Amino acid sequence: MSDVAVDLATVLSSGIRLAAPLAFAACGEYVAERAGTLNVSVEAMMLGAAFGSIAVADLTGSATVGLLAGVSLGALVGSVHGALSHRWHVDTFVVGLVLNALVLGLTSYLVTVGDLGRHQVAQVSVPVLRDLPVLGAPLFVERWPVYLLLALVPLTWWLVERSRWGLELRAAGENPEAADMNGIRVNLRRRQALLWCGCLAGLGGAYLAVGEVGSFNQNMTAGRGYLVIAAVIFGGWRLGRTLAGCALFGLADALRLALPALGYTVNSQLLVSAPYLLALLAMLLFSTRRRRPGALAQPFRRLS
Amino acid sequence: MTRTGPWWTAAIVAAALVLSGLLIAVTGGSPAAALRALVQGSVGDATAISQTLLYAAPLLLVAVGACCSARSGAFNIGQEGQVLVGALAGAAAGLRLAVPGPALLLVVLLAGALAAGAWAWLSALMNRLRGVDIAVSTLLMTFLAQQAVAFAVTTPWLLQESRWGAGAALPQSNKLPSGALLGSAGDHPGLQLNLGLVVALVVALLVAVALARTRWGFRLTMAGLNPVAARHAGISVAAVGGSALAVSGALAGLAGAMLLASPLSTNRLQPDISINIGWDGLLIALIARNQPLLTIPVAGLFAVLRAGGGFLAATGVPPYLVDVVKALLTLAFVAPAVIRRRPVIA
Repeated sequence: MSDVAVDLATVLSSGIRLAAPLAFAACGEYVAERAGTLNVSVEAMMLGAAFGSIAVADLTGSATVGLLAGVSLGALVGSVHGALSHRWHVDTFVVGLVLNALVLGLTSYLVTVGDLGRHQVAQVSVPVLRDLPVLGAPLFVERWPVYLLLALVPLTWWLVERSRWGLELRAAGENPEAADMNGIRVNLRRRQALLWCGCLAGLGGAYLAVGEVGSFNQNMTAGRGYLVIAAVIFGGWRLGRTLAGCALFGLADALRLALPALGYTVNSQLLVSAPYLLALLAMLLFSTRRRRPGALAQPFRRLS
Repeated sequence: MTRTGPWWTAAIVAAALVLSGLLIAVTGGSPAAALRALVQGSVGDATAISQTLLYAAPLLLVAVGACCSARSGAFNIGQEGQVLVGALAGAAAGLRLAVPGPALLLVVLLAGALAAGAWAWLSALMNRLRGVDIAVSTLLMTFLAQQAVAFAVTTPWLLQESRWGAGAALPQSNKLPSGALLGSAGDHPGLQLNLGLVVALVVALLVAVALARTRWGFRLTMAGLNPVAARHAGISVAAVGGSALAVSGALAGLAGAMLLASPLSTNRLQPDISINIGWDGLLIALIARNQPLLTIPVAGLFAVLRAGGGFLAATGVPPYLVDVVKALLTLAFVAPAVIRRRPVIA
């Protein structure tokens, strides 16, 4: 292979690894937002799961059990968020920011107290396909949880767009009053959407820890949750474009890390801020509001 | 059963503290030693009290601003970024403008407030033009502000430290001239009463009066409580929300410029100059239920935790404990306040 092809494969493979946690969490955040919750605590879900996966892997000696523990911790954060904002109607931004602060504080505290080892799930390489030029190594030699995306993305799409549950969920996000009059339990659907979000964001965070890095360090998600929120906005509340946004943000991050080593000068601040700029621009320039769930971030209370 | 009042408040604070104590005990530390360190490091002697009061000033400013925006319904959650923008503008003014002596301090503080006020007002503009959620845009702009500061302090023709002789320039600006620094108000043995606290307290009182007693404050509260009714009463909800956002951004920016000029920082613009003051200020406003006067004791409590947190390490308890305590306290105050309001009259 030529040098350019090698460089390309390097950037591509690191881009995919950086995008994968975002993609998992984005599938969750997408569902939560379609149901009407602008879920800022996705950062807490990812960070808590990243810590939980390594901690449980340390206790049990199995990285896979750690991964599952991460998923359930994400779900726990989701259910707390759901209870606070869709049972007791606390503002979703308030709940999200407080949960982020709490999980950041707790994980930073616990990781300083405890002494966690290294745990990583197995790598899978697909025979034959891995030998493809350029694309082979980046796409077909990965830690196995990445391949869950192949099932979870279509499942998320089907759940939201084709299932009865998804229809009710979208109604809860679009027009909760009308949904309520049709006998849909709006706040229940929203809590369920948050649970799904917690599971997937947890998977993303756990993948980051026991999949990619193999250990936990303080604030290891470093704002990836906010990146996911930017991706959903950038994608205009469509699943495909949201995932494209994740891929783009992952690639931008990979370029930021790779380009200086390859001898290019690059404005790293611009690349870091690109996702947030793109999300703001998408809201300003394109008519994303048409696809924006009508009751996004508004709590629903039945009038008595 | 009422869920406010002093007894309820005392009960939830106690619950948060007991939980934190349990956390320490479970992880093998001594809660009593941690509490002693927290108290000793924050109010134990004159030096500790001075340090606590230094932290209280910027926290109070951010929190008072957060009260304004939250009350108007234009919910600003980007204070952390606005603090950074304030510090950035303050550093630019302080290092570039040739203003003599104490007047420079005034210029630095004003520049910080104006820049961050305009920065926050952009969110109101985006909301008005294209309906962009204010909470979302203020949050996203926080990350832009972080990168703007990082860019300014790593770019030689902007604010990066000038290189003298050998050694690479660090990602920070030059030191602010001594005329622009916040000094002590009066000399007391050991106790430093920084001017910043005086400024913050005056601002808090002014905002409290403005919210409670002026036409602007009335309109702002009305727009926040019921935007539809406010619009019918002839109030421009967007303009009122924009002004509230600008004020809350300006106060966060003032806090940022104050951090730059206060002994808390190295008086250089650095990427981490905001030290999470913006996020904490937001939590303080939540605990104080958007009452500017209540933010004064709460900001004091957060300052105690910050100053005391630095002394925790000696007891073997990680200083991150104070972050857990702050989040638990906020959670304890936020949840019941809203549960109380559950019955809704249509």
